[in-house]
Amino acid sequence: MLYRVAGQFKTSYEADYALFPVRQDAWLLAFILLLAFVVFPMTANEFVFRALLIPVLIYSLAALGLNILTGYAGQLSLGTGAFMGVGAYACYKLVTIFPEMNFVIALAISGLFSATVGMAFGLPSLRIKGFYLAIATLAAQFFLVWLFQKWAWLYNYNTSGAIQVPNIDMFGVTVAGPNATAIVQYYFVLAIVCAITFLAINITRGRIGRIWKSVRDMDIAAELVGINLMKAKLMAFFVSSYIVGIAGALFVFLWRGAAEAALFDIPLSFRVLFIAIIGGLGSILGNYLGAILIVALPVILSTVPRAFGLPISPSMVEHLNIMVVGALIITFLIVEPHGLARYWAIIREKLIIWPFPH
Amino acid sequence: MNAHPAIGPALGQPDASDDGIAKGEVLLKVDNVSLSFGGVKAITDISFDVRKGEIRAIIGPNGAGKTSMLNVVNGFYTPQQGTITFRGVERRAMKPHHAVRQGIARTFQNVALFKGMTTLENIMAGRSVHMHRNVFWQMLWHGPALKEEIEHREKVEEIIDFLEIEHIRRTPVGKLPYGLQKRVELGRALAMEPSLLLLDEPMAGMNLEEKEDMSRFIIDVNQQRGTTIALIEHDMGVVMDLSDRVVVLDYGKKIADGPPDEVKNDQAVIDAYLGVAH
Repeated sequence: MLYRVAGQFKTSYEADYALFPVRQDAWLLAFILLLAFVVFPMTANEFVFRALLIPVLIYSLAALGLNILTGYAGQLSLGTGAFMGVGAYACYKLVTIFPEMNFVIALAISGLFSATVGMAFGLPSLRIKGFYLAIATLAAQFFLVWLFQKWAWLYNYNTSGAIQVPNIDMFGVTVAGPNATAIVQYYFVLAIVCAITFLAINITRGRIGRIWKSVRDMDIAAELVGINLMKAKLMAFFVSSYIVGIAGALFVFLWRGAAEAALFDIPLSFRVLFIAIIGGLGSILGNYLGAILIVALPVILSTVPRAFGLPISPSMVEHLNIMVVGALIITFLIVEPHGLARYWAIIREKLIIWPFPH
Repeated sequence: MNAHPAIGPALGQPDASDDGIAKGEVLLKVDNVSLSFGGVKAITDISFDVRKGEIRAIIGPNGAGKTSMLNVVNGFYTPQQGTITFRGVERRAMKPHHAVRQGIARTFQNVALFKGMTTLENIMAGRSVHMHRNVFWQMLWHGPALKEEIEHREKVEEIIDFLEIEHIRRTPVGKLPYGLQKRVELGRALAMEPSLLLLDEPMAGMNLEEKEDMSRFIIDVNQQRGTTIALIEHDMGVVMDLSDRVVVLDYGKKIADGPPDEVKNDQAVIDAYLGVAH
């Protein structure tokens, strides 16, 4: 009843191409944006910002990048963590070499670095597919993490071997570094994630998105409708690694504050991949749902039992977390390979005809 | 279902494939093509031509090399010997997406649609070759990219009207029955606006009514859009009724070539299909 689409007519193709052809969807988005931009910042405390809101946004962005490559273009990749690292180290070098550079520009340029590296490691995709390609991208993971450790110039010859985020000001406000406040960092990340999501939605619903999906669904047929496979795959690697690189830079600069090479190792790649799988491959919304679940899960596991007076040790929380995530992955791969996003689609379909069954 | 209802607006256009070749002239010429996979000779020294505006059938028993022949024509296989001349340009090795750009489209024996995409997206994907807005315009969406999208959407909607698949516009093609999938695949090939359309068994696995519908679509495409068609088909009734000329292959060799009536009575063709006493 609330979600009825009857009576919402479209009389032009332009109206048909609106982002939210159903009016209720637009209201829902407006409500979510209101929450994100007004309600959360007003109510959240330091812990909620640092442990929930900021990581959810950053992981969503990383998963969005991976989803473009794996969910849309069908190219499996296990190098996400390393590409995030390229973005982070590139951003670190940029802000230390050019301290007066605007931070947003530094972010945009560091994305270019990870995009180029990602495209180079995407070259094997022209010959191999599926799991074999995943193994080839694993090479990126090992090589790049090794490089982050061994190439001292990357971390400015720090004795610790780690990168420390300096204080970075933008228009008189400290956005990154030890002096930055959580609320500023939250708004900064939120703005960037919203902007990139908007661009990603546009890319995936137009000509290029269709090309990627054609390559994913049947590459031979894609070639025979005139799609240049090489161009399509490399573009997917480029765009994906660009977004992943920016997510990596945000990951270090706006959340962790410091990073060493081991941070970008395989566990990070898998975590982002899990978010994309649980959220739903081939969907933009899914990345957010997956990230909320994966980031919130350990927090829920540690706070809920305590609220009921059950003592739970931090190591217990961690082990429970691993078990639950593992079970979730298996369940989703078997029961709903399209992830949480598909559940939302099903709920929507049911809501449209509710209260009738058909 | 022989009297087909109203013809879609797209068919009002006199000739969608303006390639500078007059009707009846040679559009595609295959000269002495041989193709082998290791020791297996799939095609041996075959020559034939396709004239603009005709429906040309390629028939033959199973394993005769018909599909291999189509794969050679649209650049998927590179023949060891011989040349292909399309629209006056001679070539031997090329990538399939170049063949598409030259104006060759095809459908497949076993449907090769993009299963995760809707009917509309599948046919729009067929227009990729005609769309050019780059990634930056695509990111902004509003403006030139949207304008281009709508322009092409109109052309695609004409094809959807013509093939009478309006009701499945938003259905993922993986969920469609086989007959409709075949129709969507034809739609995707039409969206490329080819000057030569290759159909690999367009009626395989269809019932009589679906076959009649499909035959009508093929004739309409040929007559109203002026698209030249080369098709492989096993249903002899369909082949003899539809085609202007037939080429018959057997064991990778050409055994007959000519109008349907002539081919039908050719002794070599009868032997190939019915077998011959040794």
